[in-house]
Amino acid sequence: MGPRSTYKKHVLARGVSFISVAFILMIWTVSTHFKWVDPVFLPSPQSVWQTFLELLREGYKGISLSSHILDSLYRLFIALILALFTAVPLGIFCGISKYVLAFFDPIIEFYRPLPPLAYYALLVLWLGIDDRSKVALLFLSAFAPLFLATVASVQRVPQDRINAARSLGATKPKVLLYIILPSCLPDIITGLRTAIGVTYATLVAAEMVAATSGIGWMVLDASKYLRSDIVFVGIILMGGIAILMDSLIRLYQHLQFSWVGKQDS
Amino acid sequence: MQTSAPTTAHSSMAHNRNPTLIELKNIRLAYSQEHHDTPILDDINLQLDADDFVCLLGPSGCGKSSLLNILAGFQTPTAGEVMIDSQPHTGPSAKVGVVFQHHNLFPWMTIAKNIEFGLKMKGVEKSERKKLVSDYLNLVGLESSAHLLPYQLSGGMKQRAAIARTLATDPQAILMDEPFSALDALTRENMQAHLLELWQKTKKCIFFITHDVEEALLLGRRILVMHANPGRMVVDLQNPLSSYRQSIQELKHLKEFHDLRSYLISAIRNKEVNSPRLGWLR
Repeated sequence: MGPRSTYKKHVLARGVSFISVAFILMIWTVSTHFKWVDPVFLPSPQSVWQTFLELLREGYKGISLSSHILDSLYRLFIALILALFTAVPLGIFCGISKYVLAFFDPIIEFYRPLPPLAYYALLVLWLGIDDRSKVALLFLSAFAPLFLATVASVQRVPQDRINAARSLGATKPKVLLYIILPSCLPDIITGLRTAIGVTYATLVAAEMVAATSGIGWMVLDASKYLRSDIVFVGIILMGGIAILMDSLIRLYQHLQFSWVGKQDS
Repeated sequence: MQTSAPTTAHSSMAHNRNPTLIELKNIRLAYSQEHHDTPILDDINLQLDADDFVCLLGPSGCGKSSLLNILAGFQTPTAGEVMIDSQPHTGPSAKVGVVFQHHNLFPWMTIAKNIEFGLKMKGVEKSERKKLVSDYLNLVGLESSAHLLPYQLSGGMKQRAAIARTLATDPQAILMDEPFSALDALTRENMQAHLLELWQKTKKCIFFITHDVEEALLLGRRILVMHANPGRMVVDLQNPLSSYRQSIQELKHLKEFHDLRSYLISAIRNKEVNSPRLGWLR
């Protein structure tokens, strides 16, 4: 298969995705235009667009739309950065030593499958209703996927690669920094993508339970007043932001890790 | 090396005589299982000179690679001592370079960065590093690939880069574990010629594992044969062909080459060998 035909297939696949989105938009437009569905349940695309412009101009409940979004993203990023700087080093040590792993494994395996909202009440109780409890909740949901990705990745680093570095004069700490960490970076970034997905879902849930700002809170609050147009704006924004973040990371992966998967071994 | 001047790349010419560089004393290696130990290596004694080119032959599973791992310091023997430069060798270090069957280049580093790695670990200054990297790129003919990543190179180029990376740290000995076995025949011949040339230039101690008898005869100044269960040395031979080495192709036409070849093959196959034909070997 030549590069030309691969490219052709790529373009074709993009076309199919485009058709799928256009198809949904078309059904949405047609069904609302002919009033097949009550506008309370399904507002028309035009009214969603109007609401979006209105929210941009006036904000929601005294807070501008961009502040809602930035509040949410701020919580998300603080949690992700905290998780990156704790889960990755701990994951590396757990990947190297099975005793360290044996120590942390039961803790992480226990809390990981718990629904975050189950212990959110406790976090609110301990840390208060403001951002701290939310960041803690998001941190916990980002930590597990990052940690697991790092551990698995460290365990897969070829022993020969480590041996090669050692016989080139690298001490053990240097092997950690210059060989193991870069070897695992692609997997860590993939773990980060998973973590962002999980954390994003948790974020919206957290804001729905206790908040006075944020895009998740806006959606829940609007639904109390049956403002399904605002709910739609919120949902589309959430989805759009998630896709944007994921494509940015994918672009970074593409630029930075061209070697991944091409290695003959 | 104690007396030699600071690191110019090829400085081992200082030796007039050939002192022992590596010494293995009564090396044993056994893997312990539940009820008994499986011996892998049994009482290996070996001395390698500072400018030796030693080829080790043996059937697969005879402990060749275990021996190399012990020499490299990747594995601690169950009993016995490894001395390098009259000092106990306790773990991997830049004194003993290793070239693996798989090139093992760091896939995220360019070829230049790969070669620079050992120098960086040694704490060589940046301007000096740059100079040495370009020297070694020249030495293996990879100047134009300096800024490529390993996956962008062919198999032979990768192996050349791996050799350059090992040479750049100026090790006293280089261990090679079937480094050319994954290459196609033509590339392999080129690499063999290349390696011989490098050895003649640098006169470093090379310990070269191969399962290819011809390769051992072409390259080795000294040829060892091991047998399995448990691994032990059965042949230790000065290669008479190494003294009048012209070109690899010419060597293959010599009668002695074929005599030695069949001698070594039967030695590997564990047959009694005392062919009168080989009287001149002593």
